[in-house]
Amino acid sequence: MTVAVLTDVTGVRRKHEWPFYLSAAVLVIAVLAAVFAPWVAPYDPAKTDFGAIWQPASPAHWLGTDQLGRDLLSRIIHGARPSLLGAIALLAVATVLGVLIGVTAAWKQGWVDTALSRITDVMFAFPGLLFVVLCIAVFDRGELTSVLGMALAYAPAIAKFTRSIALEEITRPYVDAYRLQGVGGFFLCLRYLLPNLLPTLVGYLVVLFGEGLMSLASLNFLGFGSQPPSSEWGLMVQEGRTGVIQGIVGPALVPGLTIAIVVVATNVVGVRLSDKLAVRR
Amino acid sequence: MVALRRLGAMVLTLVISSFVIFAGMYAAPGDPVSFLIGNPENMTPERIAAVRAEYHLDDPFIAQYLTWARDLLHGDFGTSMVYQQSVTTLLGSRLPVTMSLVVYASVLFIVIGVLLGIWSALRRGTAVDALITGVTTFATSIPNFVVAVVLISVFAVKLRWFAVSGPGEGFFGRIHHLTLPAVALSLGAIAVVSRVTRQTMVEQQSLDHVEAARSYGLAQSKTVVRHVLRNSLGPIVTMCGLIVAGMLAGTVVVEGVFGLNGIGSLLVEAINTHDFPVVQAILLYMVIAYMAVTVIVDLIYPLLDARVLARSTS
Repeated sequence: MTVAVLTDVTGVRRKHEWPFYLSAAVLVIAVLAAVFAPWVAPYDPAKTDFGAIWQPASPAHWLGTDQLGRDLLSRIIHGARPSLLGAIALLAVATVLGVLIGVTAAWKQGWVDTALSRITDVMFAFPGLLFVVLCIAVFDRGELTSVLGMALAYAPAIAKFTRSIALEEITRPYVDAYRLQGVGGFFLCLRYLLPNLLPTLVGYLVVLFGEGLMSLASLNFLGFGSQPPSSEWGLMVQEGRTGVIQGIVGPALVPGLTIAIVVVATNVVGVRLSDKLAVRR
Repeated sequence: MVALRRLGAMVLTLVISSFVIFAGMYAAPGDPVSFLIGNPENMTPERIAAVRAEYHLDDPFIAQYLTWARDLLHGDFGTSMVYQQSVTTLLGSRLPVTMSLVVYASVLFIVIGVLLGIWSALRRGTAVDALITGVTTFATSIPNFVVAVVLISVFAVKLRWFAVSGPGEGFFGRIHHLTLPAVALSLGAIAVVSRVTRQTMVEQQSLDHVEAARSYGLAQSKTVVRHVLRNSLGPIVTMCGLIVAGMLAGTVVVEGVFGLNGIGSLLVEAINTHDFPVVQAILLYMVIAYMAVTVIVDLIYPLLDARVLARSTS
């Protein structure tokens, strides 16, 4: 019975391999577009052309133009930079904070663990928007503010996750072995514990990356993050809305779908990676 | 005892969050006096001194916080700097729109999400299951402002079935106007709820008591309703509660797209105009609403699952 189920599962996996490769390809293209934006984009993303506003897709403008006659494809390609970099920065800050809190709580245990866990629980209960609004109030709006605010919102989840996997990992014999050899706590965590947590963390972080990209795009859509003339994707949807009421959907829909496609791709890759990497669990 | 500890934790959370919210606004750059007086011609030293005294701006930080917190406990959230009316009245006039939107969206996502979940759990391994899982996975990956823009362009602009913006008049008018916003708000939640429902039901289906019920010939519909679904309710209700709690703070984007005058659009407006008393009040409302919903879920939970009740009283 068990054997039959197992082969069935792997059979399904193999048959459904193509979404993973397709998603990986999408992510590679997005990263390449971000890196080589000035060379791949057919037009200057900020160049207005009032003779060609709200053009539909054509050989000259593959995805059409927006309300100022700017080429949508070029704006999407250039927009990959703030969109992807923002999400990466968000995740980097949140991961450093979260892993630091999570590992410390799991390692020290006792009252340190109780205190840190209580704080993360309280922070976890807040809507993410709260941190962003507070950051905006203190630092004024902008890319840095939205990234920092969202990072504060994501850190508790990462801290919780890290703590739970670290608690499990600490019970393994190798940790005691190193401790008996006199390896200091900080060094042990950094050099031996963390590398063993990484495989499990990576899959989780990739899925969070997709979520972070969406939250940042929402903030930009509200006008709290990147400011024009940036062509961040969320901001592009906001600017494209003026056309929607007149029945011109391209400028809003194209960046919107781009976000959706990239997020779907990261989710597929993330789930696949956590299946592959977290073999032991 | 457990209830007391819960209450203590709640009060502590409220105190900490109110402190953080107040500190954030206190640390915000810019002199509040210039916002309060507005017209630069009125900026006489006497006027400035009067305003500073009226708003306790010369007190030390902790004293200012305590004054603010004491007013809060009396239900006084201060006065909006922009609207020149009490924040409580302002929130009161904006709350109905947000509440009806959240209730509408909740009904949609709970009914549709649970039904889809049951359907795919019962048809596990078939094309229907694969289709539902695939579509819901995709649905969680689309930001709700994109969904909102798509809905407007298709159903409001092209087909003209719904209005582009505004909350609508009367009961049916409001339902009609809030349909698109509610759909945009609930789409991601439908996906999550259907996935949780499917997961727990699939786990329940293979348990002994369900096998037993099936083996002595109970009709499938009865097995599903009485045994599988009933035992799956716990996780489903918990998830639904968490989503509703998140929605109370998450209507900002959808309200903005559909031009609804709710709490969310008031928050955006207040941030843009540096109307700090309003920002503080809305952030506090979000924290309180979140806590209220989670407490309600905790209270409902034992009623659904007698085992939890037995454990907590013994």
